[in-house]
Amino acid sequence: MSASIRKIAVHVEETHIEIGRAITPATRKAVAVAVIENPFAGRYEEDLSPLIEIGSELGELLGRKCVEALGIAPEEAESYGKSAMVGENGELEHAAAILHPKLGAPLRKEVEKGAALVPSSKKMGSPGQVLDVPLGHKDAAYVRSHFDGIEIRLNDAPRANEILVAVAVTDSGRPLPRVGGLTHEDAEGNDGLR
Amino acid sequence: MPEPTLRKTAFAVEEIFHEGGPVPENSLKRAAGIAVIENPFAGRYEPDIQWFMEDLKPLGLSMAQRLIDLLGGPTQIEGYGKGAMIGEAGELEHGALWHAPGGYAMRQLLDNSNAIVPSTKKVVGVGGRLDVPITHINASYVRSHFDAMEVGLSDAPKAGEMALVLAMSTGPRIHDRAGGLAAAEIEGRDGLR
Repeated sequence: MSASIRKIAVHVEETHIEIGRAITPATRKAVAVAVIENPFAGRYEEDLSPLIEIGSELGELLGRKCVEALGIAPEEAESYGKSAMVGENGELEHAAAILHPKLGAPLRKEVEKGAALVPSSKKMGSPGQVLDVPLGHKDAAYVRSHFDGIEIRLNDAPRANEILVAVAVTDSGRPLPRVGGLTHEDAEGNDGLR
Repeated sequence: MPEPTLRKTAFAVEEIFHEGGPVPENSLKRAAGIAVIENPFAGRYEPDIQWFMEDLKPLGLSMAQRLIDLLGGPTQIEGYGKGAMIGEAGELEHGALWHAPGGYAMRQLLDNSNAIVPSTKKVVGVGGRLDVPITHINASYVRSHFDAMEVGLSDAPKAGEMALVLAMSTGPRIHDRAGGLAAAEIEGRDGLR
């Protein structure tokens, strides 16, 4: 099944100064969202495999949109995350079907490697609600400087029969990391954790 | 000429394929850029503020150019708008300084942009949102291109900051059918029709 996409939005943030200190180079985060029709709105459906396929499509599409928006080569991506917000006629399980079984593999192709779990969040929501997408290092989940998040919201989505699906990618960690832990430079990136 | 002190920028692009009706051949793209800068007049009444407009010109040009690039080049742009959100230690009048550098930056980079750039402004707290009006670049009365785009950031503008916004669009509303002057009918001389 192909997703019926009503709208795509891409948002890129650059932070040049944090608490008065210059950030050079600026830290950058991108989040891409697709607003899709929920094929199961308004009813209980046992078999969610069409949503699982939609997840696979969107992992590739939205991952690529983020990398393009950052203007980087895939291997320059440093962290990622994924989230979904389901309109009121759907159910939370619809978000799970999109996000968890098949979205990760094509996303990892777009950012090259991606040994770490893709952090995620999900919720039911309505047009204008905020969705906070968690971010974690793409190859080593314990890299502390890259624990972050990015907010997305669209004033007109998700409508009752829609699902808002978001993928976020960065080329950097927080602007002024100084709480220790494993660093980007020290990470091996083989087991997805360290 | 000092550059404004830039803390953060954010650019958002939306591509709209349909809104419940038949899917048109061309999707609509809208883009907006926000620059979060220090407000040099925060916390006091300053009678002489106009010099800051000159400082804002390069920022306006770079934001306008980036929006044009995001939307596929100058010939793709059919609508524009601008706005400002002023942090709580500033005053509404500070936002008015964006009219000339923001608006003329877009018009300088876009051919056949005789129409006034619509705008809005307000004083807000951190996380404030702004609905930026958008109208046709060459004839303000083109009804199909009356549009808007909502922008905002969860961490801006802080009390001593301003968030300056430019927005552009590539065409009419996705299911435009409210009549009025059509883009194909404009004369494009007076900026109105």
